Amino acid sequence: MENSELKQIASQVRRDIVRMVAAVSSGHPGGSLGCADFFTLMYFEVLKQDPKKFDMDGKKEDLFFLSNGHISPVWYSVLARSGYFPVAELSTFRKISSRLQGHPSPAKGLEGIRMASGSLGQGLSNAIGAAQVKKLNVDDSLVYTLHGDGELQEGQIWEAAMYAAAHKVDNLIATIDYNGRQIDGDVDDVITLGNLKEKWQAFGWHVLEMNGHDFDDMRKTLAEAKAKTGHGKPIVILMTTEMGQGVDYMMGTHKWHGSAPNAEQLESALNQLEETLGDY
Amino acid sequence: MIEIEVFGKKDTRSGFGEGLLELGQNNPDVLALCADLTGSLKMDAFQKEFPERFFQVGIAEANMISIAAGMTIGGKIPFTGTFANFSTGRVYDQIRQSVAYSNKNVKIAASHAGLTLGEDGATHQILEDIGMMKMLPNMTVIVPADFNQTKQATIACAAHEGPVYLRFGRPSVPIFVKPDAQFVIGKADTVIEGTDVTIIACGHLVWKSIEAAQELEKQGISAEVINMHTIKPLDEQAVLQSVAKTKCVVTAEEHMYNGGLGDSIAQLLARTNPLPQEYVAVNDTFGESGTPDDLMKKYHIDTPDVVAAALKVISRK
Repeated sequence: MENSELKQIASQVRRDIVRMVAAVSSGHPGGSLGCADFFTLMYFEVLKQDPKKFDMDGKKEDLFFLSNGHISPVWYSVLARSGYFPVAELSTFRKISSRLQGHPSPAKGLEGIRMASGSLGQGLSNAIGAAQVKKLNVDDSLVYTLHGDGELQEGQIWEAAMYAAAHKVDNLIATIDYNGRQIDGDVDDVITLGNLKEKWQAFGWHVLEMNGHDFDDMRKTLAEAKAKTGHGKPIVILMTTEMGQGVDYMMGTHKWHGSAPNAEQLESALNQLEETLGDY
Repeated sequence: MIEIEVFGKKDTRSGFGEGLLELGQNNPDVLALCADLTGSLKMDAFQKEFPERFFQVGIAEANMISIAAGMTIGGKIPFTGTFANFSTGRVYDQIRQSVAYSNKNVKIAASHAGLTLGEDGATHQILEDIGMMKMLPNMTVIVPADFNQTKQATIACAAHEGPVYLRFGRPSVPIFVKPDAQFVIGKADTVIEGTDVTIIACGHLVWKSIEAAQELEKQGISAEVINMHTIKPLDEQAVLQSVAKTKCVVTAEEHMYNGGLGDSIAQLLARTNPLPQEYVAVNDTFGESGTPDDLMKKYHIDTPDVVAAALKVISRK
């Protein structure tokens, strides 16, 4: 897909995100906006999936797990925009009886979601299980995950990291949203991750880095990651992003991690984000 | 004279090990994961025969539960194995989010449950696990009574679609369930028929309740003993039919009063047919080191305690 086209989709996805959270005065716009470019590239170009034929087992398809479930708005938007469920359903986000729960869940049968997430640190283990079963099933499609950088403070992530290397889970590509911010402030001020690249390397992973707002760089890095699969090591990509990307007043701060804009702020955000595919 | 045929003595965990091995031989989708307790869980035979379907996780129970949940995606049936304490309390959130809420076909096999784990003491003697597991929506909770039943329950778990908590133990106990008895999840077994009192038990307390019924018979009391191997879903009909006849009930389990089988029965009776009930269970305290027999005596979950509870509840009718 052309970068110009991806940019158009990402702009609409960002509009969806701010409109969804503003409508219910709750949700997590910061990380959602920061990952909008990554999700757009993944769902419109990278993942080998058929949105019209979703089933839980996902055999012969690439699987995607969102471990930092609070950025559900961006996931819901790309799932709907890529055809998993009707775009109009985005208006039900966080409302009573919706399939679009505050944090993602397969409990209400939303197409595209295979595992609940929200309580952090569990998605890497989930993905490892799915990846090992792909091997048992002689299925050469891949398993992708996304994690927050703050989420790496959870101990289970490192249990999973150790296991994946020991068991040579080399059909797995994990991406870290390396935006340096979490609810209470900068990650470095809350609990620093230290040298994250060396940590993953020490755990036996192949580490790549990319700019989460540069489609060319992401495309190249994800291709490299894919080329590294099947070589005995799990792969992690440290993806640099800006929390709140695309909305000026949400950038450069952790403040919009989990706060919704009011009506005036929403208008300001929408003025900065072109409507390209039509609002839901 | 109540006569119960006994087929020797064995630990229930060995029933799990045999059931798992048989599943491995008959169902290629069955997988097993263990957190560094393969011998204790009797999973070594499966590991040896099916190394490609056995996953050693190391001492990382949270990771094990979440991996198992992921393994259901693609059609597999994973069994996780560790002690009951590390199968529940340690990993409650992982079970809650990725097994129960996500409704995944994971079988949590939990050994060394309760006081009869013995000398390791209270850190390992979980008495709250039935409560924690039965509170989770989508979760089935099974506590088989002996070796044969644990083997059959293990096999039945694999045929059941959905999360299961299967709780068993460490010590060698009498085998009284027939080896070919069919295990039906949610269908209680009436072991002894009686008319004066209903004793509803699970796990190791079923045998204790049989012994109690034999003792009560000597005193001229006719006790009905129900093996409630499935705590959830509860066989309400079996309970209500029995108490319609006996008008009182004793519940007996190797678990806390709070949250266990007794609570499930009390809740059912309160909603439908309030009747006197006595509990044989551990009363809001932690265990300690000791032999299984000494612990059951000291914490009042032994045969004489079931007898005393039956006499007391009959007097309350």
